[in-house]
Amino acid sequence: MATVQSGLYQEAKEELISGSEAVGIACALADVDVITAYPIRPYDTVMQYVSRLKADGAFDCDFIVAESEHSQFEIVKHASAVGARTFSGSSGVGWFYAFEAITVTAGLRMPVVAMVGNRALDDPGAFGVEHNDAMAVRDLGWHLYWVATAQEALDMALMAWRVAEDPRVLLPFALSCDGSFLTHSQAIVQVPSQDQVKKFLPPYTRGELQLHPNNPITIAPQVNEDWLMEIRRQTDEAMRRTSAVIIEAYDEFKEIFGRGDPSPFIEEYMCEDAEIILVGMGTLAMPTRVAVRRMREAGKKVGFLRIKFFRPFATEEIQNALRGAKGVAVIDRDYSYGSPQYGGVLFHELRSALYPLEERPLMLNFIAGLGGREVKVTDVNDMVDTTQKAIDTGKIEQTTTWVSVRE
Amino acid sequence: MATVQDLPQIRGVKDIPLEEFYTSGHRTCQGCESALVMRLMIKAAGQRTIVLGSTGCMYVANTTYYSTPWVVPWMHTQLGSAGSAAIGTAAGLSSMMRKGKMQDEPINVIAFCGDGGGVDMGLSAISAALQHQEYNLLIVCYDNESYANTDIQVSGSTPWGANTTFSPPGKETRIMNTKWKKNMAPMMAVGHPDMKYVATACASYGLDFNNKVRRALTVGGPTFLHCFDPCPKGWDYDPKYSHELGMLAIETGLWIQYEITDGELILNGPSRAIAKGIRKRKPVEEYLMRQGRFAHFLPEDIKYFQERVDEQWEKWWIPGLVPITPGQDDA
Repeated sequence: MATVQSGLYQEAKEELISGSEAVGIACALADVDVITAYPIRPYDTVMQYVSRLKADGAFDCDFIVAESEHSQFEIVKHASAVGARTFSGSSGVGWFYAFEAITVTAGLRMPVVAMVGNRALDDPGAFGVEHNDAMAVRDLGWHLYWVATAQEALDMALMAWRVAEDPRVLLPFALSCDGSFLTHSQAIVQVPSQDQVKKFLPPYTRGELQLHPNNPITIAPQVNEDWLMEIRRQTDEAMRRTSAVIIEAYDEFKEIFGRGDPSPFIEEYMCEDAEIILVGMGTLAMPTRVAVRRMREAGKKVGFLRIKFFRPFATEEIQNALRGAKGVAVIDRDYSYGSPQYGGVLFHELRSALYPLEERPLMLNFIAGLGGREVKVTDVNDMVDTTQKAIDTGKIEQTTTWVSVRE
Repeated sequence: MATVQDLPQIRGVKDIPLEEFYTSGHRTCQGCESALVMRLMIKAAGQRTIVLGSTGCMYVANTTYYSTPWVVPWMHTQLGSAGSAAIGTAAGLSSMMRKGKMQDEPINVIAFCGDGGGVDMGLSAISAALQHQEYNLLIVCYDNESYANTDIQVSGSTPWGANTTFSPPGKETRIMNTKWKKNMAPMMAVGHPDMKYVATACASYGLDFNNKVRRALTVGGPTFLHCFDPCPKGWDYDPKYSHELGMLAIETGLWIQYEITDGELILNGPSRAIAKGIRKRKPVEEYLMRQGRFAHFLPEDIKYFQERVDEQWEKWWIPGLVPITPGQDDA
């Protein structure tokens, strides 16, 4: 099997790189076979990096610049069917342009790994981060993970191929990286060695599902009402199985690479004994953690719960993390027009997850940072104050609040 | 996949391979020429072939769960994705063979699409595929001149004036489809200077079709084949006349049989005889009036149709291919 030729990654080392570069390095370490690119900001920085690696002879892959996002995702879908390890990605409306292909990729159980550089859905034109783009795959059978740091981007990219390609799973994996804040910001990243990655990531083998003259199968015939429900059910079962596979892979990841959180699904920051817990995803974690730490120093019992895997949704772990709180403040970097009480998608998912609890915390929703607007520490303080007021009065005056918006 | 398979030209009907790789199980209409295209295509290509089929008749009618007619590996692709399916499959094989992850051998990659999937929606992806010199692949567009699977709707490849469910002749408007059929194969040939092989074909000339598939698969790089497929359901005629209508379209000069290899054009069969003046074109009326889709035509419509066909033979820079005439030289 081919490995990274230049020996760039023979030894584990530290590098100052962006989130996009971290995912690009993961592609080389994972020895991905087929990568498809199409330009759109901000995800495309990963493809600029990959093309450079290929040009320099540091990474042997078929790097294809497609003529549209739709073709980008169709190409990797078909490459995956013949047994190739694949990577693609997009942002915002580009991700939506590919949507037909994205839909069938999950339906066909092709373990494509994609990076979504989260971006607002224009029009009006906006380059900044919003989560509505990646969110759109939540009902389709994709794994959906929100990254907070460049290190996590590299680590979870490796996890993505391991989990997606597992024969018990075979479902695609979307790695959501906040535009600019993650794709373009540099941080110190521990880059593992090729040997470590080889130990962690087995080759992708489709077995009797491989499309090849030695195995002349027909993939995706017309099933209609005769079989569609059974096939949907199989996809559902694969998604139910993936949680155990994720845990298994993450345990091994921590053992081989020597880093990781207690849970692959969520990150709890000062949540123990917290009366108010803020919940959010992605790079929101940074200002929120700072705010929580300062409030803790001032004696306020607050915590932060970061949802990492949005799909599969770790319902029980999230219930356990939030069940002791009096108030839960959900920060959405997305929005669902006309939804119940006009809230964000994460808020609705969480409220649904907590509904079966006997004692439910008060739940408030904060729409913040749309289009890449900065979420400040003071914004987080205000969210906690609003939530405290609801707890004190026992009454939610306004379920959803738009943070720092000009009225 | 640096090399191609050894697929010699078939010299006569008796030399056509007996093995069938497209067999029973399909549910195409009686008289379906596109089904014949599938059968002849894979017969010529042989067993070491992967076929990708975009949405259309040859997906929906062909490939019912548990009764696939395909003996070779076959996979569905989206309506506009024949080009992308071919690239993805070829790239996956090529990458893994180069890296030693799969046994290195030449495997034919053929992606097919109808006129809706090729001439309309898939145009951009096919064009992209035809630029990839590093991959050996063949795109076959089976053109039955409408979205025949979804109830016969007008496509960019439907003839002028034809009655379809989206262009029915009505009380006020007799001619609803006022577009002239797209000039697909020449567009592919002219637009992709490095591509080595483009051809038109018709299953009425089966041996010619077989050999064109083989030339396309052995010349190296991406190639394109455009087939003219009479469709009893969409064109409204008795299924037994499919073969005859294919021949008539060529004999009237409406459809032209040719191949372009490394930029060199050769006309085939009756088209060649017409171009050389050996054979006279039959009146287009003979072709039009055999089909219900043109039954509403008045003499003036037939006249217009004939004029357009005459024009493509008599006025175009390259008859039947390039609808351009040299301008006046000012100097």
